[in-house]
Amino acid sequence: MSEAAVADTRRLNAKPQDLTDAYGPPSNFLEIDIFNPQTVGMGRARYTSYELRMRTNLPIFKLKESCVRRRYSDFEWLKNELERDSKIVVPPLPGKALKRQLPFRGDEGIFEESFIEERRQGLEQFINKIAGHPLAQNERCLHMFLQEETIDRNYVPGKLFLS
Amino acid sequence: RKDHRGGGARQSLGRGPVPRGAQSCRRRSPHGGRCPSAELELVLSDAESRRRVEHKTEEGKKEKYFLFYDGETVSGRVILTLKHPNKRLEHQGIKVEFIGQIELYYDRGNHHEFVSLVKDLARPGEFTQSQTFDFEFTHVEKPYESYTGQNVKLRYFLRATVSRRLNDVVKEMDIVVHTLSTYPELNSSIKMEVGIEDCLHIEFEYNKSKYHLKDVIVGKIYFLLVRIKIKHMEIDIIKRETTGTGPNVYHENDTIAKYEIMDGAPVRGESIPIRLFLAGYELTPTMRDINKKFSVRYYLNLVLIDEEERRYFKQQEVVLWRKGDIVRKSMSHQAAIASQRFEGTSSHTEAKTPSQTAENNSRQ
Repeated sequence: MSEAAVADTRRLNAKPQDLTDAYGPPSNFLEIDIFNPQTVGMGRARYTSYELRMRTNLPIFKLKESCVRRRYSDFEWLKNELERDSKIVVPPLPGKALKRQLPFRGDEGIFEESFIEERRQGLEQFINKIAGHPLAQNERCLHMFLQEETIDRNYVPGKLFLS
Repeated sequence: RKDHRGGGARQSLGRGPVPRGAQSCRRRSPHGGRCPSAELELVLSDAESRRRVEHKTEEGKKEKYFLFYDGETVSGRVILTLKHPNKRLEHQGIKVEFIGQIELYYDRGNHHEFVSLVKDLARPGEFTQSQTFDFEFTHVEKPYESYTGQNVKLRYFLRATVSRRLNDVVKEMDIVVHTLSTYPELNSSIKMEVGIEDCLHIEFEYNKSKYHLKDVIVGKIYFLLVRIKIKHMEIDIIKRETTGTGPNVYHENDTIAKYEIMDGAPVRGESIPIRLFLAGYELTPTMRDINKKFSVRYYLNLVLIDEEERRYFKQQEVVLWRKGDIVRKSMSHQAAIASQRFEGTSSHTEAKTPSQTAENNSRQ
């Protein structure tokens, strides 16, 4: 007896999707904006900080909305913590711009508007990439960086999981 | 296994690597001799009717070879042509061999012969004119399929040899062997729930665990939890060739196909269908531990890629097998079956192939 020459390619049965799932907000909402750069301080203590606003519906983040101020060295701190404690490949930060910090420049150096904007964009890309990484989301340092007002550099590094 | 029929017991001499190609003429001479005064040709008795199939050579070229199955008789003739009809050709004997061997590329000196048959065609003497010798290897066992891979090669070939004091005259003809199977009695679907805790949970399903080489993989991916931003999803077919044993095992992975099944971000409760036609890809049957020398296995790799190019994947082995050719039913019957695909019909059983009894393969 010969079997049919045409294979059965009909779709497998699937559960119909719940309409609240289909039309509701997705469970992967995570947006981080970096904006409003402010240069504070005088002389050698002068630095630029950026506002970091996070909006999410991921349950692993305690706050669904948060807003903190961070400077470039805070981002460097976060990168180092993640490189040391987690297995992920941390994306690069925008450059340190050491040349811009040398004296006798014709411009504002690291406080030049165009440079600040470039840096802002790079930091925004960096943090969005990191915050969306499932393994980075388990690191206490990321949560502290994103949602606590100040970074406690004497914190105890560790992992966080959804209970 | 050596099987000597006719003539006294003869040991076949160890041979070095042989040139590729359907037929090859090799001169064997310690002095690098010039063209000998005789030529050999191998012709199959059923060369007109026997099917030929394409097979890739080691260099990647596609060539056609005669197709044989396990148990078939290999018969034909060896034609010896003297180049200078007035000169006598002295020789130490003429024989023809049928050989099945496995060659590991990293160990070319050692050929592992699993089939070795010899027929003596002529005792030592001399020829004054061209001659033809008939031969027949009856119901030859060919337990494995011909395979040319990245690190190993399994081949079958006929080899005719005119032994001489200085230069042997040798002619080889490669053939290709296919191993056929019938529909497996047990062919359960593959259904599994996998994921990353609290991030991504999916349930994937493939309609079978064993597919023949012209089959269709029908499946679906059901999203239970999506907390990452998925950009697209694809399914890859991966071939893994394993050579060596014990501590010297070497795996060579090769992605045979990449097939995108979803473009865009899914949410919870969505089902993504899979329909992947295998006939379009270069596949071989699954080969497990062939003569304890090598294996060829296939895996389906489901890959999800998120917005930041991070990859999440799940690999699953599938067994591939070779189905014999069947007599085609009439076109109207085929059209009737194809139309059922869209009707959600009650005559469900007609279109299903595995539940029917296995047919007899059309081979002798």
